[in-house]
Amino acid sequence: MYRILLREDLAPNIHRFKIDAPTIARKAEPGQFVIVRVDDKGERIPLTIADWDRDVGSITIVFNQVGKTTNKLAALKAGDSIENVAGPLGLPVAIENFGNVACVVGGYGAATILPIVRALKEAGNIVTSIIRAPSKETLFGEARLGEYSDKIMVVTGDTSNEYHGFVFEPLRELLKKEKFDLVITMAPTCVMRLVSLTTKPFKVKTIASLNPIMVDGTGMCGCCRVIIDGVTKFACVDGPVFDAQEVAWDMLMTRRCTYSGETSPELRYQCYKCAQW
Amino acid sequence: MAKLNLNRVPMPRQDPIVRGKNFKEVALGYGKEEAQKEANRCIQCPRHPCKGGCPVGVDIPEFIKALREDNMPEAARILKGKNSLPGICGRVCPQETQCENVCTLGKKGAPIAIGRLERYVADWERTNKGNVGSKGSASSQKTSPSSSKTGAKRVAVVGSGPAGLTAAADLAKLGYSVTIFEALHVAGGVLMYGIPEFRLPKEIVQAEVDYIKSLGAELKLDSVVGKIDTVDELLSNGYDAVFIGTGAGLPMFLDLPGENLCGIYSANEFLTRTVLMKGYLYPEYDTPVEIGKQVAIVGGGNVAMDAARCSLRLGADKVYVVYRRSEAEMPARREEIENAKEEGIIFKFLTNPLGFLANGHGWVNAMECIQMELGEPDKSGRCRPIPKEGSEFLLPVDTVIVALGNNPNPLIPKTSIGLETGKRGTITADEDTGKTKKPKVWAGGDIVTGAATVISAMGAGRKAAASIDKFLRGEDKSWI
Repeated sequence: MYRILLREDLAPNIHRFKIDAPTIARKAEPGQFVIVRVDDKGERIPLTIADWDRDVGSITIVFNQVGKTTNKLAALKAGDSIENVAGPLGLPVAIENFGNVACVVGGYGAATILPIVRALKEAGNIVTSIIRAPSKETLFGEARLGEYSDKIMVVTGDTSNEYHGFVFEPLRELLKKEKFDLVITMAPTCVMRLVSLTTKPFKVKTIASLNPIMVDGTGMCGCCRVIIDGVTKFACVDGPVFDAQEVAWDMLMTRRCTYSGETSPELRYQCYKCAQW
Repeated sequence: MAKLNLNRVPMPRQDPIVRGKNFKEVALGYGKEEAQKEANRCIQCPRHPCKGGCPVGVDIPEFIKALREDNMPEAARILKGKNSLPGICGRVCPQETQCENVCTLGKKGAPIAIGRLERYVADWERTNKGNVGSKGSASSQKTSPSSSKTGAKRVAVVGSGPAGLTAAADLAKLGYSVTIFEALHVAGGVLMYGIPEFRLPKEIVQAEVDYIKSLGAELKLDSVVGKIDTVDELLSNGYDAVFIGTGAGLPMFLDLPGENLCGIYSANEFLTRTVLMKGYLYPEYDTPVEIGKQVAIVGGGNVAMDAARCSLRLGADKVYVVYRRSEAEMPARREEIENAKEEGIIFKFLTNPLGFLANGHGWVNAMECIQMELGEPDKSGRCRPIPKEGSEFLLPVDTVIVALGNNPNPLIPKTSIGLETGKRGTITADEDTGKTKKPKVWAGGDIVTGAATVISAMGAGRKAAASIDKFLRGEDKSWI
């Protein structure tokens, strides 16, 4: 059992838990994830490790309430426990001083990218973060992201900020103005796909943290298989971060919908029978 | 002694039509009278070849003798003396190729149904545990010597499948302080995630895991060694020896066009969803398992049979097993093939998939196949299948389960310094001792041999435990 030490509601339906998990905290690195099983009838779902405290022995997860399991999670409060948390899983993101780096985030990615941005900053990179939310009310995470970014651009679907609409226009303008060495994106799958299309003409290396469906998370089942540069890889052990230009996005998006009818009853997350939150 | 009876007492089983719709155990087990009757067929021959046919060396004639004398606690004690998982072995061991294959009675008629008797004794012990007290129970003083002899040296067992559980049980009985690290949320490895409920009820696995815990072994779930501590860190953090029993958990795919369409599973994923996560009880349990109306399983081993029979029980109308050789070459146990046939599984022998077609929404709706014929025997001794030109055809299917086997899980070899691996990613270890090329590290089971059987993994766990004991007592200072 893994005790929830702290619960914060970041935005409507988006929550952050600090969990007592010393063995995971001791080893967690940027970009890794945990497999969470809420109770003894629960399914296993992957969630990015959004932060950790090695001294306290805690890790942080952030999730969006979209289906049965995340609704169960959202019903828990500080002091409650989660049945199983296994990790840290997946490969950490290779951090070095790339130079000029842009981070493009949306949805819970605004919170889960934090360890990567911090590590990039500590490695000496110049970091520009572009964060997007549908509206002023649903915007979160810009302050903490700003702490580790040299520049932050806030995009909202409404007109409450300097940039409005989607992230792609501001990103394109930015890439036109400055030379970038790396773009990293952590966002809903369709956003990451469009980010990769946006950066492609600029020939800037772009990496994305993929989120296929997983079961065991340790390379045992192959549910999370993705095609990278024509080769089948397991996101849980070979990823989850891959070169975004090499990802077969159609396949990833289709496979993510395998169970969408059953586990994501929330139509508000679906654009035409799609569940790419 | 009564006249030699050449026929074994049949085992009652669920009716095929009924069982095809439920996940309850198919073989119902002997009752007391049936068990006694079958035990009485044993001639207690002096050579007892059965013992040598058992990879863990169970004292078979002795436990059968106690059984027919109706001394059940004694039968259980004898059985558990050599086999820590008898309820499991009685159900899933391929006895027909091991102990029963060499039974003296087999020369004249049907060999003794050793597996069925083993199951009977194990089930008796499990249901009567409360009544027999220390006489035949897990906490018997006879089986747990004091830890003072071993100075409570610490052993880490990585993986809680058949190899790990057996090694842990033997080492705990010898008084070592044993910690089992398991990556998943329950212990048992393939016994929990792979073998379906109708062949091996999970309650039985749980009871045998509990028995091993009662011997003093500590179990750490959610613990992915290599991601938390590495093997090297376990050794530097106070463990005196490490046993690796991480199994063969990396599923093989066909590498054919369309293999990543929705509706195509590895057998591991399909069985994990169905068996471990209890997808067959969805939505009471949260993990869904999507099953179509027409299902094809590719492969011919026991896992393919399990996947086929689960598909049927989940509600598929037609379930095909597509295998590229003929029935005679199928690696699955005879009994499992017969069970599958009785339940209505359709076998397509001498058939090989070429690719998969989609329905326009990313879901598989047909498997392109080709017919095969058998050529000369290949290196494995089995006839090599050769495609018949022009025999391509489309099999309409909406679910495909790829059951081609598994390679060893690479996580431990990748994260341990100086651990030698073979061609297919297996860990190189001495056959008799389980010693790897890395000092203080032993390995056994599928991680060493590639995918094999539960009992052979248990045998490897037992040998490694004996070698670890010798090493930690200082009787064996060498390394290979």
